[in-house]
Amino acid sequence: MSAQTKSKASPAGFISSRRWLLWSGIAALCAWVLVPIYLVALGALGGRQGVYQWPKTGLPTGVSLDPFILFLRTEGVLQSFLNSLGAAGITVALSILLGAPAGYALARYNFHGKDSYRLLVLLTRAFPLAILALPLTVSFIKLGLYDTIIGVGLIHTVLALPFAALVTQGIFMGVPRELEEAAWVFGCTRAQAFFKIVAPLALPGIVATAVFAFVISWNEVFAASVLTVRNRTLTAYLLTVLSESPMHYRFAGGLMLILPSVVFIFAVRRYLFAIWGISSK
Amino acid sequence: MTKNRSWIPYLLILPSVAFLALLFIVPLLQTIWLAFSDNGVPSPANAQRMMADINFARSIKNTFLLTIAVVPVQLAIALVMGTMVAKVGRGRETILWVWTIPLGISDLAAGLVWLSILQNSGYFNSLLLGLGILERQASWLSYQTPVALFFAIAVAEIWRGTAIVMVIIVAGLNQVPREFKEAAEIFGAGPWTRFWRITLPLIRPALQSALILRTVLAFEVFAVVYALGGRNFPVLVGEAYNWQNQNQNYGVAAAYAVLIMIISLAATLIYLKAIKVDPERLP
Repeated sequence: MSAQTKSKASPAGFISSRRWLLWSGIAALCAWVLVPIYLVALGALGGRQGVYQWPKTGLPTGVSLDPFILFLRTEGVLQSFLNSLGAAGITVALSILLGAPAGYALARYNFHGKDSYRLLVLLTRAFPLAILALPLTVSFIKLGLYDTIIGVGLIHTVLALPFAALVTQGIFMGVPRELEEAAWVFGCTRAQAFFKIVAPLALPGIVATAVFAFVISWNEVFAASVLTVRNRTLTAYLLTVLSESPMHYRFAGGLMLILPSVVFIFAVRRYLFAIWGISSK
Repeated sequence: MTKNRSWIPYLLILPSVAFLALLFIVPLLQTIWLAFSDNGVPSPANAQRMMADINFARSIKNTFLLTIAVVPVQLAIALVMGTMVAKVGRGRETILWVWTIPLGISDLAAGLVWLSILQNSGYFNSLLLGLGILERQASWLSYQTPVALFFAIAVAEIWRGTAIVMVIIVAGLNQVPREFKEAAEIFGAGPWTRFWRITLPLIRPALQSALILRTVLAFEVFAVVYALGGRNFPVLVGEAYNWQNQNQNYGVAAAYAVLIMIISLAATLIYLKAIKVDPERLP
């Protein structure tokens, strides 16, 4: 690792020691994030022999896609993958459909109860929300939602909705109010102005919010495990088979959990940075 | 702002209010009732049963120790990341993206990632062997090595959870006007003084949000523990899960849930009091 940081930090050769320190620190922190992911990928692709190989080298020897494909063919894996997608899809749809209008209202209107609403949203952040799945099992059994993907999607929406409302508020505030008013002047109704002017401008930010809602649902373990028995999501499935599955299956499961959300976040990284306000000014 | 047609904002927030009322407020009250009732009558039986459980004290101790170990380290790393990235021109976005990768990684996956490193024939032992520190495979994750297991879980949590703190801190740092720092520099303040006297006070709202969010999440720690140590390291949420799924006892599970809620709420209130923030600047 030190050799890697050195080569990265001295392209010109006369960079001051301060500069060198900064870049080696940055490289070390990047390695801290990336190396473990690389290693679990090796574990997932190394199969049974790879797991018991001793000592390990950290180099990709004996790596092939077969162990990972074998894992995908294991009974229940593909179904749970689809269940995860379904629950995440419901979460995305509901949290945007319910959260975006609230975000718009918060951004554009002054109304009685605005502060109470914001308090309600902030309150959800102070609670370990997944725990709400415990009493909901009882209600969901009565309603026929227990052990369904819809039920899991509903509880994941509780996790994602407050986030969606707060973030879309910021997005709509970023759309200049003057553009909307100009549209009214030119004879658009409020709804027309919204769909023709505001919505297209806000779309990238809303897509980024949707991706984040997807990731919240995709990664959630506790509620999904409590609310399902046969229709498990990928996280819930992995949690229940964890203790009896061989090591390389666990690593394959870990890699499969990581890949989709990392790819998704990568795809919308620019908009995510923009809505968090961390992009370069 | 717009005063006519004042029903519009209510129409817009109504769906989310109804949803949160049904799936947040109602289950919250149900959990509290479930925890403090027995066969439909108010009773402390569940709470008593929870407290008599052999894992109760250990799970409280473990959860608190983890939180105390993990949250300050995450805050420190996030501050280091924020100060570093502020000095970078080109390549800033790429570095930020690499550092936010763990945001997409679940606690379960993070546990499995570190399992691949820390298991007996894993990369950590291989490294120690290569350095001549170890002679044969050592086990770090068994019930016989509680201290090593604690550190393994803490490392996995720090690895996974620092990204969200970093995002909030960097956003906060972005809002600090450059002129403040320049003025301090002109008046002779060194980097440390500038950091403690200028930067930290100005990013208070970000610090507060980050601390509240991370502490609440740390009290919820569960899957990373389960992936690394199975049931060798009891934590509060893990106990709630076991009482619900293995023992099928919803009452005791709810008692654990209420306990976690009380602890989280208390921590939130402490942060709100300790780090005073101008209410206008709350997120």
